[in-house]
Amino acid sequence: MELKRVVVTGLGALTPIGNTVPEYWNGLLNGVSGAAPITRFDASKFKTNFACEVKNFKPEDFLDRKEARKLDPFVQFALVSTEEAVIDSGMDFDNLDTNRIGVIWGSGIGGLKTFQDEVTSFAKGDGTPRFNPFFIPKMILDIAPGHISIKYGLRGPNFSTVAACASSTNALIDAFNYIRLGMADAIISGGSESIIHEAGMGGFNAMHALSTRNDDPATASRPFDLDRDGFVTGEGSGTIILEELEHALARGAKIYAELIGGGMSADAHHITAPHPDGLGAKLVMKNALKDAGLTTADIDYINVHGTSTGLGDKSESKAIVNVFGEDAYRLNISSTKSMTGHLLGAAGAVESIAAILAVKNDIVPPTINHFTDDPEIDPRLNLTFNVAQKRLVRVAQSNTFGFGGHNASVIFRKYEG
Amino acid sequence: MSDIASRVKAIIVEKLGVDESEVNPEASFTNDLGADSLDTVELIMEFEKEFNVAIPDDQAETIGTVGQAIAYLEKNVK
Repeated sequence: MELKRVVVTGLGALTPIGNTVPEYWNGLLNGVSGAAPITRFDASKFKTNFACEVKNFKPEDFLDRKEARKLDPFVQFALVSTEEAVIDSGMDFDNLDTNRIGVIWGSGIGGLKTFQDEVTSFAKGDGTPRFNPFFIPKMILDIAPGHISIKYGLRGPNFSTVAACASSTNALIDAFNYIRLGMADAIISGGSESIIHEAGMGGFNAMHALSTRNDDPATASRPFDLDRDGFVTGEGSGTIILEELEHALARGAKIYAELIGGGMSADAHHITAPHPDGLGAKLVMKNALKDAGLTTADIDYINVHGTSTGLGDKSESKAIVNVFGEDAYRLNISSTKSMTGHLLGAAGAVESIAAILAVKNDIVPPTINHFTDDPEIDPRLNLTFNVAQKRLVRVAQSNTFGFGGHNASVIFRKYEG
Repeated sequence: MSDIASRVKAIIVEKLGVDESEVNPEASFTNDLGADSLDTVELIMEFEKEFNVAIPDDQAETIGTVGQAIAYLEKNVK
């Protein structure tokens, strides 16, 4: 059977450097850091007391107060970025077959804040179980696509994807597959995460995964820099509306780009450490290229996973050189996590938006906070250090790798009739 | 209005996000104040917490209006 073509027709973003897509993109091009001391709780006893929080966000501005109270922040974030994307797409659900519009949504953890609060409250009591009836439906990860479907009346495929920091890239790939197989006309996809609270920060700190540059948060996320010391947690949400091409054309939709390939792989190596030779990273990039029917010469920009950890950045850069050969030195590479921090399960969606807008606007957002070259990172790679670079971006690839050894990568191309 | 009544009303206003003027004794949680079954369970739990009482399930089922909640608590809170 002939596969359908899939295009991007709506975007929404709620990020540490901007609460809408235009603000986020502007922040990316201007090299804005979203990192600052944590305001959500007293983090003074934590090894890391800064993060990339979403700023000036009041759920009541977007949601009914009673409803907001029943939603974990990761769902509040999801509903806000999705509303932006739905408006942006111009979709009028009253005049579309909503049985064929789905929601596939990623998150790394789901309602960790809700879990923390409920269990803490139980532990402080005398053993009498006084769990809130909203505890479970507020916490479970799949409640995010559930709420989105309820809000807009969308009755197509609806579920969540979980692959740690690759979660929302997996959501995009699943959505892509269902649409190109003709099983849905459009799917609201993306991901959201909220882990900047005691359990999330304490847990990641215990793994020695986080930067502890408490004296200078804004420069802490420094992917590929010699003095990188771990990732910086971020939070937020990204929504990408994927739509079957003919369906989009029939309603005269604005088209940002075409999603042309998705690849997946596993490291099969270690629960948290990347494979030292980047085995899974190499495989996932190759798989995505193959799915897209492209060669390495076709890619102009890779938005890398690039979390600012010692091992991860090194193995990913090696994997790119290995897969792309001489083409590796022709394309632009950047880690926008240098600005947004690591949005974990939302990273794939938020970074895919950066890749899509790079394709649309022919500008590559930078990897900020580069001070000192790391001799173990190939100096011939163009890592787009510190300042955005204008160039023709015909095709962009976005990589995400998750704890558990899950890798997922997607490829977007300029839409040309 | 008794102290218990005013505290009950404050909880209902907070949890159900309704206007205080709607919270009259005859108002049904589900029919008048927009509560679903989970909201009702949560309200009962909040009453238990606020007044430090345990409301057994068979009793909780008889509490469907603002007035019934106030009457139950006035009788059972020491």
